[in-house]
Amino acid sequence: MEISRLQSLRNAWFVFQKDVQQEFKTRYSVNAILLFAIVTLFAVSFSIGTFGASKEVKSALLWIILFFSSMSGLSHIFVREEEKHTSDTLKLICAPVSIFIGKLIFNFILLLLLEIITVPLFFAVMNFSVASTSIFLSVILLGSIGLSAGATMIAAIISKASAKGALFAVLSFPILLPVLVAGISGTKVAVIETSFLKAADELQMLFAYAVVVITAGLLLFDFVWNE
Amino acid sequence: MKITASGISKYFGEKKILRDINFEIESGMSIAITGPNGSGKTTLLKILCGLMRPTMGNIQYQVNGTAIKQESWFKYLSLVGPYLELYEELSAEDNLLFLARIKNIPSARAKIKSLMERVNLKGREADDVKTYSSGMRQRLKYVFALLSDPQILLLDEPTSNLDEEGIGIVYEIMQQQKKEKILIIATNERQDLKYGDKQIAITA
Repeated sequence: MEISRLQSLRNAWFVFQKDVQQEFKTRYSVNAILLFAIVTLFAVSFSIGTFGASKEVKSALLWIILFFSSMSGLSHIFVREEEKHTSDTLKLICAPVSIFIGKLIFNFILLLLLEIITVPLFFAVMNFSVASTSIFLSVILLGSIGLSAGATMIAAIISKASAKGALFAVLSFPILLPVLVAGISGTKVAVIETSFLKAADELQMLFAYAVVVITAGLLLFDFVWNE
Repeated sequence: MKITASGISKYFGEKKILRDINFEIESGMSIAITGPNGSGKTTLLKILCGLMRPTMGNIQYQVNGTAIKQESWFKYLSLVGPYLELYEELSAEDNLLFLARIKNIPSARAKIKSLMERVNLKGREADDVKTYSSGMRQRLKYVFALLSDPQILLLDEPTSNLDEEGIGIVYEIMQQQKKEKILIIATNERQDLKYGDKQIAITA
């Protein structure tokens, strides 16, 4: 009765469905992330003014808003299991790999939802535009995969600690820094260039980061989750 | 099905909780673990189901003589304990269907209906778990544990929070489980101890 890969993926989907059901009932993560993003966006726009910053600076501001907004809600996926004492229940019914994939999908979808609302708002409020929408969307998509994968793994690590909120931000910053740097750089390229080749370095970096973190997560999650 | 515990010891920091525990249990048998508060009954139960790693020694699960990897233990066992909670934002039915999907349980809805009737929670399937009393939650935990028809049933304080009727239902479950499968209970209740063919007394 070894667990097949297909069964693991199927169970990951059920874990994701369960988390969505829980989120629909509590709306904790969605509210936390969206409120943080919108408040930060308007605070930034009031403080620097609509035309007060160059496109390069605005690229950095966009990623800073996305990064810190995601920090306010992505950890909840594991913290909730620990605080409600359901983590042992989950451990007893499901293989760790399915739990990691299910929670990763949830965080990725949550981050996409944040971006669907925040990014158009950022464009409107900050009078921001890009030369290549496809480069910009690729950077955002790959960056989101990297951010959600890193954040999911860190959330599992900090969920058993006492100062969860502070620890999550502190641990996340160095680990997610490559995504932040490549994301900002890739967005800057999207602002001025139209050729994909010009953004090849940033896109490769974001892709490689996502692959490495997801692979590390799949290999190491069992130890993080069960220790 | 067979579980072998060899030389199990557990330290929390400098403090030794469990010392060199050895036993074997096969299908059709039951064990009652007893001992004063803080002696390590729950710790031993958690080690037996893989929720905690022992400092020394090991646990082996075998099916027809073949050892089972620890990552697959969860397919064979269910645990009921005061520290195991269900998802209180979800309804009882949602909790049970989640388990049924994960464990690929056939005819899950019919089984859920029959088990909810068995523990006298019929008609409360659609209610959120947070609206349940502590006794009802304990009954629901039994439905959750029995839904997968586990080969190994581990019960920590099996009758806690239950009224007389609930205790009767649990004794019936325990009696049925130990007939052909494995039952392991951790308790100090004299009545509960009768359901253990063997007793392991842990000293603090």
